[in-house]
Amino acid sequence: MSENNIDWKKYLIVFIITILLFFTASYLSNYFSDKKVDQIKSIQDKIAIDILSSETQFSLLSELSCKNISDSGFSKELGELGEKLEWGESNLGATDDVSYLKKYYSLLQIKDYLLVKKISERCKVNSAFILYFYTTAENCSVCEREGLVLTSLRDKYPELRVYSFDYSTDLSAVKAMLQIYKIEDTKLPALVIDDEVLTGFHGVDELDAIIKESFKLDVTEEKEVIKK
Amino acid sequence: MFLISNSIFYIFIFLSIYAQVFFFVTFLENRKKIVIRKEKTKLKFYPNVTITVPCWNEEHTVHKTVQSLLDLNYPKDKLNIFLVDDGSTDGTFEVISKFAVHNNIKVFRKENGGKYTVLNFALENSKDEFFGCLDADSFIDPESLVRIMSYFAKDKDTMAVAPSVTVHNPRNIIQSAQEAEYFMGVYFKKMLGFLGAINVTPGPLTIFRKRVFDELGPYRHGHNTEDMEIAYRMQKNQYKIEHCNDAYVYTNTPATITKLYKQRLRWIYGFINNTLDYRSVIFKKKYGNFSFFTLPTGIVAIISVTYIFAKIIYNVLDFIYTKIVLFQTVGFKFNFSLSGFDPFFINTQSMLFLSILIYTLVVFSMLFGRRMSKGKWGVSPQMLYFFPIFSVIAPFWLMNAVYNTLLKRTPAWR
Repeated sequence: MSENNIDWKKYLIVFIITILLFFTASYLSNYFSDKKVDQIKSIQDKIAIDILSSETQFSLLSELSCKNISDSGFSKELGELGEKLEWGESNLGATDDVSYLKKYYSLLQIKDYLLVKKISERCKVNSAFILYFYTTAENCSVCEREGLVLTSLRDKYPELRVYSFDYSTDLSAVKAMLQIYKIEDTKLPALVIDDEVLTGFHGVDELDAIIKESFKLDVTEEKEVIKK
Repeated sequence: MFLISNSIFYIFIFLSIYAQVFFFVTFLENRKKIVIRKEKTKLKFYPNVTITVPCWNEEHTVHKTVQSLLDLNYPKDKLNIFLVDDGSTDGTFEVISKFAVHNNIKVFRKENGGKYTVLNFALENSKDEFFGCLDADSFIDPESLVRIMSYFAKDKDTMAVAPSVTVHNPRNIIQSAQEAEYFMGVYFKKMLGFLGAINVTPGPLTIFRKRVFDELGPYRHGHNTEDMEIAYRMQKNQYKIEHCNDAYVYTNTPATITKLYKQRLRWIYGFINNTLDYRSVIFKKKYGNFSFFTLPTGIVAIISVTYIFAKIIYNVLDFIYTKIVLFQTVGFKFNFSLSGFDPFFINTQSMLFLSILIYTLVVFSMLFGRRMSKGKWGVSPQMLYFFPIFSVIAPFWLMNAVYNTLLKRTPAWR
């Protein structure tokens, strides 16, 4: 008869090796996550400098002609930052790092919004922007769909700025925005276009019409953009 | 809910990696004991062996099977070949009758009763010390038997020796995928042999000491997997089963998805039901690694493949749902571009690294199994067919086997 001696030591060693492999995988995962967070941070820093520079430029040149004010062109980076943050939120988990970055992002958006608004008032430049309030605190499928609509509009009109704010962001500046536009958490998603508040879902065609009406974005501009 | 499902997922991943690492450590411990003989093997003493070929409607393949037995490097007067027609309805009996001219071949015909009845019939008629079976869809390398017998000569406690089964002449993608799987099977079987934990003594040529049947009784139906049931019974009685890696048997494998599906459904059903029948041996120290490693690993494999598959299906459906919502919301948009690819968006969660690890170990087992079967290292691109084919279809036969077990439906032979 065979001897069925069980090598318990081997079972233990394999267990330890497997644990170590799990830790290694988790270490690598954290390492790459940190790299990604760093990448997001560096984009934010760049945007912060851009905004500060534009603000400063605006203050310096406020008494001069509006022609000298360069178009503050960081909206694309702001868009890229938003995409990466959104991805990070769903793939890196809601870590402290990510929620901190999200607050910072909200703040940068508000600053960008204020600056653009000021420039457009002072220099009578027509700037198209939409404020978009959504929530991640609860499962809001309508918010996801509204997000898709806005992404599609932004692809169609590259000069359209969409500033998106998570209702649950714990930041006084965001709360102030909510107060100003009287946004309630029961009526999300909410859009602010040309100081008018729209709640609930609004489709592409409907918003397209409103945008064209409010900001005079028309097909000729669209063509120009394509030419560029 | 998400947390629970994720934890279960990681537990199964952990157990799967544990099993793979266990095999790998066993390999590292025993790698010097794996000998691949190139020259002709000679024995000091050649014991008498009976090899039975059960035939049921095998008129096209049985000729080659019997011829390979006649070509064996083993003294003719020591080898008795029984060709048993199990009530075939085609020309099988006519084909095998022609071999009756050989002194060491006996041809029998009986009413159809299934493979285990053929083997028991042969056992009753055999007086030799060693007994084996060769399926009529397989044929063997001339050196196989003598190499297997050398294991018995080496250790009087060895009660059965299983060969390395590989795929004969793979002609299509389905068969190439199986070839890779059989290579892997050779590696796993050798490692289980080192652990004393083999759970199948395959129909294509396993040789037993006839004592095994005298002491433990004849073959049983074993849920249509009599070659698994006898191995379980031997393990329960602490009989040693070895694997002779350089005894090669070539088998014809199913060439279509449907046939493969039926075969695997029978195997998995056999595994589940034999394990249920022998559940009393699980986690009992006296049954050794068979009880602590082989059976738990098989159970974990069935559950984790099913679970991971369900999770993948969920993800695919979720993806399709997202695309439908996108389509309904903003219409059809095709904005895929490689130029805009940003490595930032590569998912680097630990699952990625753990999957790479599992696949590496699986590929290693295939490559080493191939080396043991073919005698040299090598890679063939056909091996890659294994992954898409088995990962898509295997979960279905696994789930089907579980379902049949719950409803106690025995799958047909073919």
